[in-house]
Amino acid sequence: MSIVIGILFMVATYLMLSKSLLRIIVGTGLLSHGAHLLLLTMSGLKRGAPPLLGENAENYADPLPQALILTAIVISFGVTAFFLVLAYRAYKELGTDNIEQMRGTKGNE
Amino acid sequence: MSLLHLAIVAPLIFAILVPFFYKGFRRIHTGWFILPLPILLFVYFFSFISTTKSKEVVMKTLDWIPSLGINFTAKVDGLGLLFALLITGIGALVILYSIYYLSKDKEKLHNFYVYLLLFMGAMLGVVLSDNLIVMYAFWELTSFSSFLLIGYWYHREKSRYGAQKSMLITVFGGLSMLGGIILLYLMTGSFSITEIITQADVIVTSPLFIPALICVLLGAFTKSAQFPFHIWLPDAMEAPTPVSAYLHSATMVKAGIYLVARLTPVFAVDGLWLWLVASFGIFTLFWGSFSAVKQTDLKGILAFSTVSQLGLIMSLLGVGAASLHYDGLDDNIYVVATTAAIFHLINHATFKGSLFMVVGIIDHETGTRDIRKLGGLLNFMPITFTLAMIGAFSMAGLPPFNGFLSKEMFFTGMLRVLEMDFFSFDSFAILFPILAWVASVFTFIYSMILVFKTFTGKYQPEKLEKKPHEAPLGMLISPIILASLVIIIFFFPNSLLSDNLISPALASILPSLVTEETGFMVHIYQWHGFNPELFMTLGVIAVGILLYLTLPKWRRVYDLFPEKLTLNRFYDGAVERAQTGSFKFTKSFMNGSIRSYLVYIFTFFIVILATSLFYKNALKVDTSELATIGIYEVLLALLIVIAAVSILFAKTRLSQIILLGAVGYTVSLFYVLFRAPDLALTQLVIETVSVALFLVCFYHLPKLRKEENRVRFKLTNAVVSVGVGIVVTLIALSAHSNKFFSSISQYYIENTYEKAAGKNMVNVILVDFRGFDTLFEIAVLAIAALGIFGMIKLRLARREEE
Amino acid sequence: MRSRNNVILETTIRLVLFIIILFSVYIFFAGHYYPGGGFIGGLMTAGAIVLLLIAYDIKTVSIILPFNYRIMTGLGLLFAIGTSAGAIFFDVPFLTHAFGHIDLPILGDISLHTATIFDLGVYLVVVGVTMTIIQTIGEDE
Repeated sequence: MSIVIGILFMVATYLMLSKSLLRIIVGTGLLSHGAHLLLLTMSGLKRGAPPLLGENAENYADPLPQALILTAIVISFGVTAFFLVLAYRAYKELGTDNIEQMRGTKGNE
Repeated sequence: MSLLHLAIVAPLIFAILVPFFYKGFRRIHTGWFILPLPILLFVYFFSFISTTKSKEVVMKTLDWIPSLGINFTAKVDGLGLLFALLITGIGALVILYSIYYLSKDKEKLHNFYVYLLLFMGAMLGVVLSDNLIVMYAFWELTSFSSFLLIGYWYHREKSRYGAQKSMLITVFGGLSMLGGIILLYLMTGSFSITEIITQADVIVTSPLFIPALICVLLGAFTKSAQFPFHIWLPDAMEAPTPVSAYLHSATMVKAGIYLVARLTPVFAVDGLWLWLVASFGIFTLFWGSFSAVKQTDLKGILAFSTVSQLGLIMSLLGVGAASLHYDGLDDNIYVVATTAAIFHLINHATFKGSLFMVVGIIDHETGTRDIRKLGGLLNFMPITFTLAMIGAFSMAGLPPFNGFLSKEMFFTGMLRVLEMDFFSFDSFAILFPILAWVASVFTFIYSMILVFKTFTGKYQPEKLEKKPHEAPLGMLISPIILASLVIIIFFFPNSLLSDNLISPALASILPSLVTEETGFMVHIYQWHGFNPELFMTLGVIAVGILLYLTLPKWRRVYDLFPEKLTLNRFYDGAVERAQTGSFKFTKSFMNGSIRSYLVYIFTFFIVILATSLFYKNALKVDTSELATIGIYEVLLALLIVIAAVSILFAKTRLSQIILLGAVGYTVSLFYVLFRAPDLALTQLVIETVSVALFLVCFYHLPKLRKEENRVRFKLTNAVVSVGVGIVVTLIALSAHSNKFFSSISQYYIENTYEKAAGKNMVNVILVDFRGFDTLFEIAVLAIAALGIFGMIKLRLARREEE
Repeated sequence: MRSRNNVILETTIRLVLFIIILFSVYIFFAGHYYPGGGFIGGLMTAGAIVLLLIAYDIKTVSIILPFNYRIMTGLGLLFAIGTSAGAIFFDVPFLTHAFGHIDLPILGDISLHTATIFDLGVYLVVVGVTMTIIQTIGEDE
């Protein structure tokens, strides 16, 4: 599992380092998946029943990371959406999705 | 919250109301609404005099951060009360004066009074709080309000320059003072001044003692404009004159004096304190008076004169601190220096306040403050002339004004330095009376310049903007009150001040000298026979008159100092270099490319995490607790890996999105396997929505172009990303294998039903136990939505405009 | 006139939409005991509306569901903050929830939670935010 997370992070980093905004956004998406899985892994996997008291089980899976991840998923959705629209808007305004070209070399000096 | 606390923060609270007064009653000058407050406070603090007179101290504590020992302890003792009375008393007069000085039609009065009240509250806080941290907070607030007041006419460039300068210098000092306070805390374990004083003997041996001393002194010297930090004060004169009279002569600049006086019992055990305070003070006295003579701006003269008078008080405090090295009061010849310091503090507030107001009147009525343009105003403004004369003669140390008394005591104090036989004072002691005398000569000269260049001599109407006339009565009231105090104090110093204010203040500065039975018996004499002090004064007058008359002949002395070497030049250069330097420095790594930033971030990430992993021996792979790996997990893991890696090689954006979606759905399947039904559901739905979102957006975005194929570029990316991948893998493995403490989840498992009556732990955690997270989370979501909405709609709106 | 997208899709959606929304409401209320809750319920509702958007176009959808989603977001935040702050008036820390049981004639034993109101806030925010995002992007052609 850890290796899967590692690969997710690796790919995400590679994508984020590229010049195209599209790839960067996809990269952040992957990164959040990786982070969520990492959180889940940290608490130990697959032990006990789902964290529902109705199950009346002896052991429950750790509910806390799950709650944290739930929050993280929704936030990452919000952020990804914001980023997407930012990219979209930037493209409409500037006509490029290459971040190297977007560098504000004009007007900043 | 006691009445005392309320009194301290009353100006701050009142400041909130000012804009309403200003808006609601435009016809009435806002100052009239403010005026009752300082008067009320003055009366309130006045009632404490009987308490401090009987050597009692009022302490009221209000818990603020008790866990750190930071409490808002208001303490009224002799010293604090003296300052509180000055602040409120002069404050009331200044506000009265400002009502006539600032026009209600042209000026932004609400700003002015808000800042002024802010200052008043902050200053009261400084002098009345016993806790050093609280005092520091108020201290910075005074710097801040001073900055705002100097920059009150912010459209003038000089105002902005002066404001910035004062801010930089005083805040620099304030920060170093904070360092000193923390060092004191490290030594004593307390922020309370009262407590620290009781430990003074213990901490003197600590290695932190000297750094703390220097840090605190830096704070005091910058605030009180001691050489070489005095350069901000002349530039601060760009503030409206009531502000200069209030902040930059009577109160704020004396905060440094207050600090030195307050901490004398702590630091005076060490000779370095005496040396630094006394020598910086005396040199500032000399330099300030020397520089004042060459000024042509009336306020410039007053500014340098304030600098020099502050130096005078400072040096007296330094010398007076020597008295702590004697037991008891008998034969304690240095107490007179401290007495003189306090006495002069009061006197200076009266005569300098009135002088500033007089200069304000001249400025207001003639339109200039340049002594080269002024002259012969005696016929037009007789009352102002009288006031100026009283103030200036008092400053010069002439009878029958209060300045004479304190100047005599100052000479006494300085002469007694000659007898000081410890801390190797004897070798340089002779410099003190000499410098004091020379400085007094210059003080005499500029006092004369102030009066006679302005009011006598040739009247030059062509150089004045307005036709001068006497100021309105309202404007004269405040300086008249101050000037009459100047005279009254001369005649009745003992009945007015000695027992009521000076002795209690002395008791706070030199607490170890007071016992139950004995107190300070201060007696101030107008006439004490033909002693050296009197001859010194006579000499000052004689030489002063001589030099004043021959001024044009020796004025060229001032040209000897090259322009380039002045402190102001140095300051300007330093500020400019700091600006360009930091700009260049930032520019070197902030090159505007997001990629470089990310590379920095990731590299740092790898380095810091990898080193801490190895350094802390955290790297541990323990497979014993791993769950059995089933066929489903393997399959899903393979699926994720394949999907993720193929994103890298995807040629079209559609395939990228679909692959991303595939990863997302597989992750949600993982959640199912890992017993997280809530997560699985959420992930599933969110993946759907976000794929839809991606599709909508990508529809508009351009096609993927082939990335640039520079090998180096790709290589860096590959190295960094592989590094990140490896580090994260290691962390994930070790995190799984290291269990230092049991998870807190057990608490949730046990309490979900009892405390929150729910059965779904995840949901209960979200809405109940960790509801704050959720609250902020939805706030973040809402902000994101607003941002998106704004980005798109704004653009639409703009397009419509075009 | 609006061109017909896909008859099969439209017909199916009319049917499925209600099921999804109903299910999302169920999931929302079930949240305290079984998998579900405000987030999931809200997202599911939003997903249903997105589906509707795919089948029809924005104008039609805004006629069918005439909500201002931004106001919905604000309302949700208000609910959430309101329930949290309400605790202050009962002299318990911010965000303390209360619950009780009521016997309703038909439905039987029902437990009432202030946490549910908080969750309702979450629900509203999620729906509001998702729809705001999609709507604004969609409108900007």
